[in-house]
Amino acid sequence: MNLWIGVLAAAAGCYLFKLLGLSIPHGVLERPTVRRIAALLPVALLAALVGVQTFADGETVVVDARLAGLAVAVAALLLRAPFLVVVFAAAATTALLRLAF
Amino acid sequence: MAEAAATVADIRRTAIGVAVATAAYGLSFGALATSSGFDVWQACAMSLLIFTGASQFALVGILGSGGSVLSGVATAWMLGARNAFYGLRLASLLNLRGWRRPLGAQLVIDESTAQAVAHEDPALARAGFWYGGGILFVLWNLTTLVGALAGAQLGDPQSYGLDAASSAAFLALLWPRLSSTMTRVVAVGAAALAVAVVPLVPAGVPVMVAGLAAVLAGLFRWQR
Repeated sequence: MNLWIGVLAAAAGCYLFKLLGLSIPHGVLERPTVRRIAALLPVALLAALVGVQTFADGETVVVDARLAGLAVAVAALLLRAPFLVVVFAAAATTALLRLAF
Repeated sequence: MAEAAATVADIRRTAIGVAVATAAYGLSFGALATSSGFDVWQACAMSLLIFTGASQFALVGILGSGGSVLSGVATAWMLGARNAFYGLRLASLLNLRGWRRPLGAQLVIDESTAQAVAHEDPALARAGFWYGGGILFVLWNLTTLVGALAGAQLGDPQSYGLDAASSAAFLALLWPRLSSTMTRVVAVGAAALAVAVVPLVPAGVPVMVAGLAAVLAGLFRWQR
C-alpha cells in the first residue's frame, strides 16, 4: 500500500512539473539562478545516488563487492559501451565476487 | 542532421533509433523494480504514469534500500523538476492547445525535448516531439513489463549483483551530464557528502541533503 502511495505521489508531482513548464507565462523561470539550479540538481542527485547505492548498507557505510562492480561500470562507460552492457557488467562482476568469497 | 535536408521520415527514423536505445533502460528498470520489492503492476504503473527515467530509478533505488516513501517521492520530484524547464522551451515551439497540452505534457522528457529543439521549423519540431516522445513511450512501457516479469523470477537480488546494477544505472544516467568542470565538481562533492551523512540520517535522506548542498555550493562558486 505504501509503495502505491509512493508511485502515485511521484507520478502526480512529475506530471505537474511537465505540465507547469508548458503552461506558465514565458519569463517566470528564465532567471539565470533558477536555470543553474535546474542544470545542477539532476547532476547532484544522480551522483549522490551513485554514492549511496554503492557504499550504504542501511545506515552504515561499507566497502564491498559493489565497488568493484562500479569500477567495471566506469570502464565500460569510458569504452562507450551501451547502457545494458554497463549495467550487466557491473552486476556480473559483483555477483561473481560474492560467489568467490 | 542538416536542417534543410531533414524530412518527417528522417525524424521518424531518428525517433525509432533513440527509442530502441533508450528503451533498454526500461528492461533494467523493470527488473530492478520487481527485485526491489515492487510488484509487476507497480513497475508498469511507474513507467506509464511517471515516465521520466531518472525519477523512476530514484524512487525504486531509495525505497528498495530502506528509505522512506517521503524521501523517495521527494527525490523523484526534484529529479522531475528539470522537465518543467524543457516544457518552457517547448511551449512556444509546439504551441499545444486544448487536449494536446495535457496529453503532450506526459511526453516532456530529455529525449523528446532534444529531438524537438533540434529543429527550428515548428512543423519539424512538432514531429520530433511527438514521434520522439510517442515511440519511446510505447517501447519504454513494453520493456518495463518484460524486465519486471524477468526480475520477479529472480531470487535474492544481491546474489545477482542487482544492487551494483542500480549504482551502475545511476552512473550511466549521470555520465552524459559530466560535460563541464562545474558539473564534475558538483557530482564528486554530492556523492562524497551523501556517503558521509549516511550514518547520521535515515536511509533516503542523504541523497536529498547532498543534492541540495551541492547545488548551493555550485551556485556560490558559479557566481564569483
